[in-house]
Amino acid sequence: MAKKLMLGNDAVARGLYEAGVRFISSYPGTPSTEITECASRYDEIYSEWAPNEKVACEAAIGAAIGGGRAFCAMKHVGLNVAADPLFVTAYTGVNGGLIIAVADDQGLHSSQNEQDSRHYAIAAKLPMVEPADSAECIDFVKKAYDLSEKYDTPFMLRLSTRISHSQSLVEVGEREERPVRDYQKNPGKYVMMPGNAKRRHVDVEERLVRMREELAESELFNKVEMGGKKIGVIAAGIAYDYAREALGDEASYLKLGLLNPLPEKLIRDFAAQVDRLVVIEELDDVIETHVKKLGLPCDGKNLFSFLYEYTSVEIKEKLLGEKTPLAGELPAAPVRPPVMCPGCPHRGLFYVLAKNKLTVSGDIGCYTLGAQPPLGAMDTTLCMGASISALHGFNTVRGPESAKKSVAVIGDSTFIHSGITSLIDIVYNRGISTVIIVDNSITGMTGHQQNPTTGYTIKMEPAGKISLEDLCRSLGIDRVRVVDPGDLKATDAAVKEELAVSEPSVIIARRPCALLKYVKHGAPLTIDTEKCVNCGMCLKLGCPAISKMDGKMEIDPTLCNGCGLCESVCAVGAIRK
Amino acid sequence: MTKSIMLVGVGGQGTLLASRVLGTLLTNKGFDVKVSEVHGMAQRGGSVVTYVRYGEKVYSPVVDLGTADMIVSFERLEALRYALYAKKDGVIIYNDQRINPMPVITGAAEYPEGIYEQICAVVPNTTRVDALALANEAGSAKAVNIALLGLLAKRSEFEKEDWIEAVRACVPEKFLELNLKAFELGYNL
Repeated sequence: MAKKLMLGNDAVARGLYEAGVRFISSYPGTPSTEITECASRYDEIYSEWAPNEKVACEAAIGAAIGGGRAFCAMKHVGLNVAADPLFVTAYTGVNGGLIIAVADDQGLHSSQNEQDSRHYAIAAKLPMVEPADSAECIDFVKKAYDLSEKYDTPFMLRLSTRISHSQSLVEVGEREERPVRDYQKNPGKYVMMPGNAKRRHVDVEERLVRMREELAESELFNKVEMGGKKIGVIAAGIAYDYAREALGDEASYLKLGLLNPLPEKLIRDFAAQVDRLVVIEELDDVIETHVKKLGLPCDGKNLFSFLYEYTSVEIKEKLLGEKTPLAGELPAAPVRPPVMCPGCPHRGLFYVLAKNKLTVSGDIGCYTLGAQPPLGAMDTTLCMGASISALHGFNTVRGPESAKKSVAVIGDSTFIHSGITSLIDIVYNRGISTVIIVDNSITGMTGHQQNPTTGYTIKMEPAGKISLEDLCRSLGIDRVRVVDPGDLKATDAAVKEELAVSEPSVIIARRPCALLKYVKHGAPLTIDTEKCVNCGMCLKLGCPAISKMDGKMEIDPTLCNGCGLCESVCAVGAIRK
Repeated sequence: MTKSIMLVGVGGQGTLLASRVLGTLLTNKGFDVKVSEVHGMAQRGGSVVTYVRYGEKVYSPVVDLGTADMIVSFERLEALRYALYAKKDGVIIYNDQRINPMPVITGAAEYPEGIYEQICAVVPNTTRVDALALANEAGSAKAVNIALLGLLAKRSEFEKEDWIEAVRACVPEKFLELNLKAFELGYNL
């Protein structure tokens, strides 16, 4: 079989296919999204986008109890949302095999925090595996399903941005079809109330001990690679890749594929063979703490940071004392942060919010970019759904006047994910805050996934479509209105009116994402330099297509897609279609 | 010996297709290959970088400062940003297109002058090219990525035919003719 290049996430999906998985439920989140997208291409697997990670995890647990091999994937912060079912399914165990995948984002390429998900495996007492390339993604997934059924436990699969989003060579195999296993009613195992859970906790602890002896001490996932004995590196996943690249055969390696439970004998034996033990792990000192608990001296966080990603040159310098020379010196280039795309429907809304100098409680999505200059129209961003609930708290302590100068901004998918319960908090507790749902008809930031408001499933089949208007009204919001954020006047009026009333209201700012295929783009606009007075109003939109070149305003025709927003802010009519 | 290539540019410029062509070429040639991409938030008009590494056995998918054999930049300022990732005797090819980053648009920063001279002073084997003009000549501004690959191909250790085979494998049929033309224009420059 010829080898082919495959993205880590695609390889996980391939592993699911080959392992005979029947059910996948996930919520998108960079860098985990493509696993479920790629898996949805296999007709043999039922796959879906769930409204959030907790729902996805519960659906997958149900499918596994029902006897089919099941899977769900999420990013690290999604695991926080799914933590409730995660901890309890450690007690229930499975019937068909179950893998819960979590992709960490060292270096915060696309996240609101840096979080080490290994702590969850330890806290929930679940086995966790971590592959170091695409081939291992396939291999570990298949092994984990067999072991999930053998040990009657869900497995956690830990990934990272660099494994999920790197392509490397794989050999693909055939799918092994597995019939749905018998389901037997067994309340002692599946009804987690105190009496039953007390007994199951015993099983959980015993299972962990067995897995340590039978899996962690074996070379099923863990591997010893002996080279030079002056340095012995213990590492897993991408950190192993960096270390192996940096130190080559000059060091020996204990490459860990199973992160929980960690081995004892394997580590002691490895330590005995090398002069100096070094643990190389990004984020927290999980392996190092374990090694020190065994009474073994080692280097680790005394040399390497708790922050961000590591590099091979850094490892080489710190352990071998070899510096990698640079070609010379260059001045720092001005930063190029991500920006809202030309034609982005969010731009008009944030322009209005900035103009009205409102306090904006923000949320997670493309529209978080509204915090960036020149719009700078966002005060807080925490986590999915928090825009609405945090605004409720903010306005309650600051009083009714505050509610007249503040709004929450949340996307369509994020509102479904966890904004609904926050809005209920406002209605139930008689808040008067104004909530703006920016409905761009897609889950944008993660790369265009369907969601419960779009009317399509992950496989682009027609689906149940939630009406945001009806949903908000059904919760008891009487003032629900829809506005086009491309119409600045109407948007401005809607915001002013809803802020003025002393009751809760929802404005749905609706216009599809400019990157959607069905959105038609107009011809690029041009600036009449005779009429232009260089006032800079158009620059306040923060559109990447407009800038000042050689003292004159200019629209880059390769970037402009003719949305016309700049035309409506130009006071002298210098911008034309 | 593992070799490292970087493709850098502005989100949305088509670096992913270019890396797919490179990955296909290198796999066809029997190398171990790793390609590291950027997805998610950084794609939204931000600075993006794709690493391509190949050799007998590749461990890290990431290219570090001072270690790249070749850098292809789709934009001038991005060439400056990543130039020091190149080795002293590395090759830099960049598209001389200027796309202002937001701090320049808002006036918080200035777009640097004299980028070509500055880069040449540290990495002498640097070529700047108006790849947008080549792409337009081929029939579409979108073919900038393949035009730049044409320049890279000319400076690479691989045969032109191998490159063309990889382009054919990665570009959809209806855009193939114009992309092959863009490749030729870049190659023959």
